[in-house]
Amino acid sequence: MSTSTAPTLDAVERTRALLVSVDPGRRRIDRIMTVLVYGAFALAMVPLISLLWTVIDSGRVRFTLEFLTSTMRGIYGGIDAGGVYHAMIGTLVITLLAAVISVPVGLLTAIYLVEYGRGPLARAVTFFVDVMTGIPSIVAGLFAFALFTLILGPTGARTGLVGAVALSVLMIPVVVRSCEEMLKLVPNELREASYALGVPKWLTIVRVVLRTSVAGLTTGVLLAVARVIGETAPLVITAGTTDSYNVNPFDGRMMTLPVYIYSQWRQGVVPCREGQADCLADINELRAWAAALLLILIVMGLNLIGRLVTRWFSPKLR
Amino acid sequence: MAQRIDVKDLNIYYGDFLAVQDVSMTIDPKSVTAFIGPSGCGKSTFLRTLNRMHEVIPGARVEGSVELEGVDLYGADVDPVAVRRTVGMVFQRPNPFPTMSIKENVLAGVKLNNRKISKSDADELVERSLRGANLWNEVKDRLEKPGSGLSGGQQQRLCIARAIAVKPQVLLMDEPCSALDPISTLAIEDLIQELKKDYTIVIVTHNMQQAARVSDRTAFFNIAGTGKPGRLIEMNDTATIFSAPGEKATEDYVSGRFG
Ligand SMILES: Nc1ncnc2c1ncn2[C@@H]1O[C@H](COP(=O)(O)OP(=O)(O)OP(=O)(O)O)[C@@H](O)[C@H]1O
Ligand SMILES: [Mg+2]
Repeated sequence: MSTSTAPTLDAVERTRALLVSVDPGRRRIDRIMTVLVYGAFALAMVPLISLLWTVIDSGRVRFTLEFLTSTMRGIYGGIDAGGVYHAMIGTLVITLLAAVISVPVGLLTAIYLVEYGRGPLARAVTFFVDVMTGIPSIVAGLFAFALFTLILGPTGARTGLVGAVALSVLMIPVVVRSCEEMLKLVPNELREASYALGVPKWLTIVRVVLRTSVAGLTTGVLLAVARVIGETAPLVITAGTTDSYNVNPFDGRMMTLPVYIYSQWRQGVVPCREGQADCLADINELRAWAAALLLILIVMGLNLIGRLVTRWFSPKLR
Repeated sequence: MAQRIDVKDLNIYYGDFLAVQDVSMTIDPKSVTAFIGPSGCGKSTFLRTLNRMHEVIPGARVEGSVELEGVDLYGADVDPVAVRRTVGMVFQRPNPFPTMSIKENVLAGVKLNNRKISKSDADELVERSLRGANLWNEVKDRLEKPGSGLSGGQQQRLCIARAIAVKPQVLLMDEPCSALDPISTLAIEDLIQELKKDYTIVIVTHNMQQAARVSDRTAFFNIAGTGKPGRLIEMNDTATIFSAPGEKATEDYVSGRFG
């Protein structure tokens, strides 16, 4: 039951003038910014695509089942054989061990900082975590080596465990930082809701805070793993190099993928004799590329797992 | 089984800041007590001291005593966790646990405390609490769905169901309807009338009509100026507060003449 009449032509014109006039400067800046943002994105994608393309293209040559399942034991010169199995196992074992050390330490530190930390101690912890973030990876390797030399003598300092400890030094600050951010995101209202039901603080942390943020925590941990899985320098010093398969991180040297890539690459072109049939001059380079491809696939696989975990655990709306 | 609360000479601090000064009052069992007063006068602060939720904020502390049936809640041997189990709380903004289903939300007080409960007991508790919160008919077909998928008013009633599922003696409500539409508000007001048969209820509200409708007694808090502590100006039967208040400030506030 409207009593109003149709708007007069005059009013329509004035309103149109009010609504349609766009500040030309703003529209221009909007265009420029859009172009800039897309340009920056494209620019960032160029090296990524190029890198992936190079690795896939060069890596697929030797990326065979045999390569994945054999070691470098007894392989020399340009023989058309040898594989990456021992390095793959070494990387998986050492990284897993590093995660087993870093995740509890890092997560508990983050919980302390977010849920309990007050005053000078919390500030000191935050400061030292920042300092740890800046430790060069080679120094972490030297530290782990020196530490285990002190405890076990020079022979005990060349095992997968020492490598894992070196990686933990690099990994812990990343875990602390990312978990801290994730725990801070949990709204205080949820903690209060839990307290108001008569739930003690520690149970509130375990059952509400950690449960609510588990997706983010997983992502954080996986980022930290991705950060250390490609570390080379500290592993050269600690886990060392070997041509054979070793799955025991507490005894003997252990090959890892980055170190494998490095040592293959360093051997360079094989001086094949003229007419020698089973000598491939560029075999070492090809192995390095194939191992690089494997490393990238492992990191991508981890990311995929992270995505799935995030999807399973994140709060659903319906 | 509702219980009475006696507050004696309570001062409430945030660090050095005295937020509420010298409050003494008695809250009757099986009744609804409303707290009214201008924003920032310390209603929420005072309400939170009634179940020691105040202590959750770093630096917050109290002086004086809050007695539940003669037992000082701030006594040395009193466990704040047990206090909060006895004195439940509903917050201004609905805060269901986002990772839990409707059913799990109702059972949160039991489950989060790692207490064992048989399936039939759990089902019964869920139904009784949801019926108690006037929500059962709306959600009975989707108990396994996430609690955050409900409307704001339904979420608030879910929070009430969650609070009464731990069988408290006292229920504190901090502006439980401020985010709700008139229909949900009425549903919650009806619910408060139901709940008062079994619980002692304290409700903070900015809505004068609501205070007049639901409460038996009303306490008016006021603040002299910014930075000054809030005080209890007067407390009386709701009818008296709204028709013949003892203080000029109360009369100004309830009649809307307050600046
Ligand atoms: N966490 C806190 N830390 C420090 N001061 C606080 C905190 N919470 C509240 N205050 C202060 O205590 C005083 C009382 O606040 P309170 O929240 O109790 O007011 P209120 O009466 O509930 O107001 P409203 O009606 O707006 O909810 C205010 O001056 C406020 O700034
Ligand atoms: Mg308030």
